[in-house]
Amino acid sequence: MDRSDRHFSTGTLRIGCGAGFSGDRWDGAVPVVAALRAAGGPAVLLFETLAERTLALAQLKRREQPDHGWEPSLERFLAPVLRDCVEAGIPIVSNFGAANPTGAAQCVHALAARLGVRPLKVAVIEGDDLLAALPSDRLKQLLPPALKGEALVSANAYLGAQEIAMALREGADVVVTGRVADPALALGPMLAHFGWALDDWERLACGTMAGHLLECGAQVTGGYFADPGIKDVPDLATVGYPIVEMESDGRFVVTKPQGTGGRVDRQTVTEQLLYELHDPAAYLTPDVVADISETEVVEVGADRVRVSGVRGHPRPPTLKATLCYEGDWLAEGEISYAGHNATARAQLAASIVRERLHLLGLASVRLRADLIGVASAFADDAGLWHQRNDAPEREDVRLRLAASCATRAVADTVMREVLALYTCGPAGGGGVRTQVTPRLASDACLVPREWLSPRWTLIA
Amino acid sequence: MNVPLHTLAHARTGDKGNRSSISVIAYDARHWALLVEQVTESRVAALFAHRRPTHVQRYLLPRLCAMNFVLDDVLDGGVNGSLNLDTHGKCLSSLLLSLPIPLTDAHP
Repeated sequence: MDRSDRHFSTGTLRIGCGAGFSGDRWDGAVPVVAALRAAGGPAVLLFETLAERTLALAQLKRREQPDHGWEPSLERFLAPVLRDCVEAGIPIVSNFGAANPTGAAQCVHALAARLGVRPLKVAVIEGDDLLAALPSDRLKQLLPPALKGEALVSANAYLGAQEIAMALREGADVVVTGRVADPALALGPMLAHFGWALDDWERLACGTMAGHLLECGAQVTGGYFADPGIKDVPDLATVGYPIVEMESDGRFVVTKPQGTGGRVDRQTVTEQLLYELHDPAAYLTPDVVADISETEVVEVGADRVRVSGVRGHPRPPTLKATLCYEGDWLAEGEISYAGHNATARAQLAASIVRERLHLLGLASVRLRADLIGVASAFADDAGLWHQRNDAPEREDVRLRLAASCATRAVADTVMREVLALYTCGPAGGGGVRTQVTPRLASDACLVPREWLSPRWTLIA
Repeated sequence: MNVPLHTLAHARTGDKGNRSSISVIAYDARHWALLVEQVTESRVAALFAHRRPTHVQRYLLPRLCAMNFVLDDVLDGGVNGSLNLDTHGKCLSSLLLSLPIPLTDAHP
């Protein structure tokens, strides 16, 4: 950043999160934007919508239709708040871009025109797509041994916050990225606002952990938390999405809009602080290695939690990348047994299908049987759980058979065997449902930073 | 007397690939020492033995009265290839919270 002739602020920056994943509620951002407007100071709204496989799905979509491949929920999320954000000068930052940030930017322009909003400055961040950025010999060097020869669908590095900050400093109303580290969606606006140096590891780590707490939306404000009678959460139907109030020294408060459901306290914030972390002293991101081993989480008011004591270490020399490739066909079939001896009838049905696959020459198909209502989620694919735990008698059991198949034809064959349980299986089996789904598989690798050239562009 | 861990602590599961991370957070700081003593890597590895973990690592965060478990290779391939309905292993925090914790005179 050019820091010589620009004014940076020392005042509070509020960052709200309107979505924590692609399937999130469409209206979570509405109370967040209302709260940011009411507070009056500088503010930013972010949407995080790009899970590991979401990008590969987008890449497949773009192959079919070159002007697609960005987040399909973009309009659903933006339409209710775009006008308010533009009027209040609240920039929007999101990884809506997926496999086609420019396409997403054009969609934002079209939406603004349709809503009668003034023409916007929309910036895109690119350079994360390894299939576009790297010559094939370098790409091959990166692939894990298991992936050599597999059909790659997508390969994207996690970019950092710097380019987001530059675009915001140039006055972007909306910044659309492809793959960036999720916390960078929040750190970018902080860099633009406070002018933190890119080697101010302490503050960068604070901003990163603030972003980490924001990026899953309601998971820090009472979502993914309620356990009735044990740890209750009020009004999850109207749960408030999070807002971080960041100070120039890196200390921050997590809160949510007044009048919304949910709760923000030491318990909800601590659960989300540790979410998906491995070593708490070394949370690796493109911008910094964050360390929360001495971090403190303190309640400072109703639905207000202060986080302090985040430490930072120099950023890693490499960037993480996610590689997605074509996977198996997942076949899932279910049938219910109820009343007396239901567990035994469901077990018999499973063994019949196993024997049928053997007779049909499909004994090598990996098949799993779950007795929903008896044991399913805790169990393992190999069936050790079922071997080690007696199945209790239950009066309402749903047998689920799941198979990993190399082709759609095999998957369909397995599912027909589940369907045939109606007439050839145990007594009183009902409610068969079957589904066959192609899957994407993924792996990770590390890319030398100097191989990539992240860039931002304003899209007219 | 034994009580299940969920009476003393809450937990949240996350996943990356074939690796599950599960936090365990004491409701009450007075139980922290008991949790450190009882919720050990070896007991957690035994509880998850049917998932065949190749490594179980515990990280302690005393200022938060929290610990973070990282269990390697317990998700049957995770969202890549698991046949579990819950490919992410999100339900596994509840398995960890079923761990029996003995209450003694030293730790009532």
